[in-house]
Amino acid sequence: MSGIPHDHYEPGSRGEKWLHQRLPIVGLLYSTLTIPTPKNLNWMWIWGIVLTFCLALQIITGIVLAMHYTPHVDLAFASIEHIMRNVNGGHFIRYLHMNGASLFFVAVYAHIFRGLYYGSYKAPREVTWIIGMLIYLMMMGTAFMGYVLPWGQMSFWGATVITGLFGAIPFIGEPIQTWLLGGPAVDNATLNRFFSLHYLLPFIIAALVAVHIWAFHTTGNNNPTGVEVRRTSKAEAEKDTVPFWPYFVIKDLFALAIILIVFFAIVGFMPNYLGHPDNYIEANALSTPAHIVPEWYFLPFYAILRAFTSDVWVVMAASWITGGIVDAKFFGVLAMFGAIAVMALAPWLDTSSVRSGRYRPMFKWWFALLVLDFFVLMWAGAMPAEGIYGIISLIASAYWFAYFLILLPLLGVIEKPLPIPATIEEDFKAHYAETGGTQTIVKPAE
Amino acid sequence: MNELFRKIGAPAAIALSLSLTGGAALAAGGEVHIEDIDFSFEGPFGSFDPLQLQRGLKVYTEVCSACHGLQYVPIRTLHDDGGPQLPEDQVRAYASQFEVFDADLDDFRPATPADHFPKSGLETAPDLSLMAKKRAGFHGPYGSGINQFLKGMGGPEYIYTLLTSYHEAPDCAPEDFPGSYNSAFATGGYPEECKDENGHATVPGSWIAMAQPLYEDSVEFDDGHPADLENSAKDVAAFLTWTAEPKLMARKFAGLTGVIFLTLLSVLLYLTNKRIWAPIKGKKKH
Repeated sequence: MSGIPHDHYEPGSRGEKWLHQRLPIVGLLYSTLTIPTPKNLNWMWIWGIVLTFCLALQIITGIVLAMHYTPHVDLAFASIEHIMRNVNGGHFIRYLHMNGASLFFVAVYAHIFRGLYYGSYKAPREVTWIIGMLIYLMMMGTAFMGYVLPWGQMSFWGATVITGLFGAIPFIGEPIQTWLLGGPAVDNATLNRFFSLHYLLPFIIAALVAVHIWAFHTTGNNNPTGVEVRRTSKAEAEKDTVPFWPYFVIKDLFALAIILIVFFAIVGFMPNYLGHPDNYIEANALSTPAHIVPEWYFLPFYAILRAFTSDVWVVMAASWITGGIVDAKFFGVLAMFGAIAVMALAPWLDTSSVRSGRYRPMFKWWFALLVLDFFVLMWAGAMPAEGIYGIISLIASAYWFAYFLILLPLLGVIEKPLPIPATIEEDFKAHYAETGGTQTIVKPAE
Repeated sequence: MNELFRKIGAPAAIALSLSLTGGAALAAGGEVHIEDIDFSFEGPFGSFDPLQLQRGLKVYTEVCSACHGLQYVPIRTLHDDGGPQLPEDQVRAYASQFEVFDADLDDFRPATPADHFPKSGLETAPDLSLMAKKRAGFHGPYGSGINQFLKGMGGPEYIYTLLTSYHEAPDCAPEDFPGSYNSAFATGGYPEECKDENGHATVPGSWIAMAQPLYEDSVEFDDGHPADLENSAKDVAAFLTWTAEPKLMARKFAGLTGVIFLTLLSVLLYLTNKRIWAPIKGKKKH
């Protein structure tokens, strides 16, 4: 599967040969598990395993929860309490699922920003990047619909606000919103379709994850230097790489175990920390909560959505040019989806020939500012939409777009990159005194 | 090792700061402050005190249940571990005081332990099953909510403070203003007369529809525990925390088990990782 020269699976026994001629599945697993992996990967390359774990955790806990959950407006809230009180282990399974969504997003944001810093989106990995962005979009849709299922106040009003965004599209907005909701307002039809889709989308995500892995196993992993593995011969490739199993499997599992300690402490000791207390009040269409706040992982984009009010000059300009078709609300929706779209377009916006941010002295600082910007947006998204928070959101949103649309194209032209190591082996040698690679070093046990 | 934890620490810090999303409650009335109380069930090792839950059950039964219900709580769970742990015969006797409608009989019959507590009898009285979870008393420090780990998020404190914060109505309010003045209730009615020229509230809290329900010696505890207002309020707050989170102790135990085993697993994986990479890495330069 991989373009990097490596050993292939050779069926040994008659049984193995019999199967291999009919279905080379063992060979596929062998190639996947032993794929040559750059040996200089740092600790930011662990998130893929964490994400795979999250997907499995969410699917397994979710299937069990679905056995006891009732998708009906009169019964949903009570069925969650049934899970919390009467189902064996139900309370823990639900809290794992609830907080598992947060772990999933912590990991996906770390994974995305890793990619942005080390230029993992650049040629030849654009397809991996685009599929990753699709996975991220689907995750957001799945998480949003999952949050509606307990049918609490935040579920209901969150669904009302978010589906209302589609209503902001000129001319066709209202029919689209009605179509999404299955009626004029959030009701039983909405809850049913959200449950159905919340069950379906994770399996589509799983399929996309397989394609994501397939894509980067074809191009090979990126690595902190951004220098490609040498592919001229197997011997040379082996100087730059080690097999995924056992070197990175064990390393990633170690990191996963550390992360799970924190995760289990949260699930066990403060499982409602990331939730909103209002969601323990059953949905009530007649009583609007004082503040409708989305889950934390939506806050940066929620802040962008709210930042573009009608008194901002770009909004006024857009409204004037389009004869009022693009109003502030629709502009906000466009900005929110645009913020993700520009991220997806990064491979074509970044003009720098150097892949890794490590060797880009100017880029480094702008990237750090982008990370800070992300947290500022997240904070602003949780604040009431008034006064100083509006201005902060607007500045932070503007930087988000400026980074992708102006800085990435510009930096590639004006920046003078630092010298890049010729090979991964050279970078690795710079960090570690003796290198093994193909030869074995006998070391006394510690 | 240090180097390694520094590297892992960065993502962990991201994870933590990602979650600083305290929510603020909108107050119709004046600013309300909820004091923290040290309940026995807070913190990773906290556990319910069955005797306190039994006292709280008594307060609930003799006072709250006149108007409020606990519709999500099955009566049999009063016997459960990690709860009030009433003996089974007492649970049966307790259940029989409630009348429930049985669709099969098409008539009312005395409740059994398999039934739930009745719903609220008064339409305007909210169900109390989840009250301790749907009200957050505090989100400290700085709105980060991180002290939830040790102190909870102030649900039982909210209940306690509400029950003990009925006061004489301030002079600014008209005599006939509806409701009772409560300095810990933020979302009730608030008379215009008590606002300053900028429209800001001049007295804390607001006017709540519920008249003061609990007084000193409203109930008499079988274990001779003092039944002053503060203690009764604390006991019923503890009981309502249990009704909201009946599996709290099982959850904390599972969490602790998870943390201990994962720590052990991490150590083993750390040593394994170090060992298998040793021939590849050799000695570290810096």
